[in-house]
Amino acid sequence: MVEPVLDSLRGVGHRVVNGIWRLGYASGFLLMTLVRSGTSFQRFQLTIKEIYSAGVLSLIIIIVSGLFVGMVLGLQGYETLQKYGSSEAVGTLVALSLTRELGPVVAALLFASRAGSAMTAEIGLMKATEQISAMEMMAVDPIARVIGPRFWGGVISMPLLAAIFSAVGVFGGYLVAVVLIGIDAGAFWSQMQNAVDFRQDIVNGIIKSVVFGFAVTAIALFEGYDAPPTAEGVSGATTRTVVTSSLAILGLDFVLTAFMFRGI
Amino acid sequence: MENLVESKDVSFTYGFRPVLKGINMTVPRGKVVCIMGLSGCGKTTLLRLIGGALKPRHGEVRVNGRVVNLLKRDALYAMRRKLGMLYQFGALFTDMTALDNVAFQIREHTDLPEDMVEDLALMKLNAVGLRGAHHRMPAELSGGMARRVALARAIALDPTLIMYDEPFTGLDPISLGVISNLLRRLNDTLGATSIVVTHDVQETLKLVDYVYFMADGAIVAQGTPDEIRESKAPFVHQFIWGEVDGPLPFHMPGAPYASDLMLEGTRG
Repeated sequence: MVEPVLDSLRGVGHRVVNGIWRLGYASGFLLMTLVRSGTSFQRFQLTIKEIYSAGVLSLIIIIVSGLFVGMVLGLQGYETLQKYGSSEAVGTLVALSLTRELGPVVAALLFASRAGSAMTAEIGLMKATEQISAMEMMAVDPIARVIGPRFWGGVISMPLLAAIFSAVGVFGGYLVAVVLIGIDAGAFWSQMQNAVDFRQDIVNGIIKSVVFGFAVTAIALFEGYDAPPTAEGVSGATTRTVVTSSLAILGLDFVLTAFMFRGI
Repeated sequence: MENLVESKDVSFTYGFRPVLKGINMTVPRGKVVCIMGLSGCGKTTLLRLIGGALKPRHGEVRVNGRVVNLLKRDALYAMRRKLGMLYQFGALFTDMTALDNVAFQIREHTDLPEDMVEDLALMKLNAVGLRGAHHRMPAELSGGMARRVALARAIALDPTLIMYDEPFTGLDPISLGVISNLLRRLNDTLGATSIVVTHDVQETLKLVDYVYFMADGAIVAQGTPDEIRESKAPFVHQFIWGEVDGPLPFHMPGAPYASDLMLEGTRG
């Protein structure tokens, strides 16, 4: 009678202890990555290679998604705003939505699924095929040589991708609102220019995307490094990267937004 | 100093599971020493202890007179620069060509100009007969070729100690002969010392100087290849001649066969 209850309590306790232990291990891993980041900057070509893998190769999905998100915002915004006779404000709506929220958040979600999952799978497979331990045996620190450049490659790529997402999104909004629907181009751009504040909107959006880049890349690399060296282990780690990163992005977005736009 | 590697009373556990129990072993300089035993008997763990990737629970491992498990990270890395290791499936870096794999350590640990690095890597590839495949990616190499490229990578910095983890597993007879010849030839040409972990009996006894037999985490027999071949120890005899049953039973201990098949009670 009592035993099943005790068993489930033990199970909960075990999971909590495991979770805390893993969090500590992940923090140690992140700290180690930061401390041993010298190689990533002294041999910047290693980091550039990772910017290419994480950033340049993610451009297609970022550009296409940004364009469609901007176009949808244009359509939805026009539909709502015209009821109040202010359809010219659609440019403002598109730009503010993208720079403050959708640009950093959607780009980070796409980055997590495209580049984050690839990083986890690559590191996990390197571990499973003993490439990481071979490197250690060759007296080359894998944290400095493999993890560091990927980490900084991701952190540098993320804000650039978010900026491209927002810019292409604004262009998508312009295509729908001005070219398709016929709103006056001057009104579209001038209202946008008046409403968007560089410090409040653009800089805050950039800060968000840097934080998201930091979180997604750290999660992706840790999951890969910690993955059990089996096919099942690597696939589980890849899934965890996408799920954990997405939740982290949305959670961090709420916290950052609360701090940034509280008084507005 | 006569012995390059010495292991004194080394024990190791994974969690609560004992893997090595009081291993005493010496590897004289210039010799090829083999560690033999069934899969899972702790051979690879012993290699990892020698390379400093794991620390023993008790005892000490000495390489070149220094206790490996007491070395700080920098000293451990300095020791590893004189050590080459061939992994079971090569462990080549899959995003680099064969040449870049071999050149990896040279680039990481020296400031040599790039053309010299490439020449050195080509010379190492030539030593294993694969200079012609220098531009290929690991995915474009057969299992035997990948193992040879990995061997070229392991000797890139002319190590004093070369460790081979199951170098013959999964190779066709020709590749197997090539690798085993290379193993002996490289050891003697480079003036290195080699430790070979394997369970490939016949191939290994032809080329090594001394053999340690491990079973269940302990050394159960040792000797020169001739002594091993003539050994009357039941375990060694079973292993050398590949007998199905002996001190190591064919069947894992388990419940009675009839009860597993649920036949009990049906026999009247």
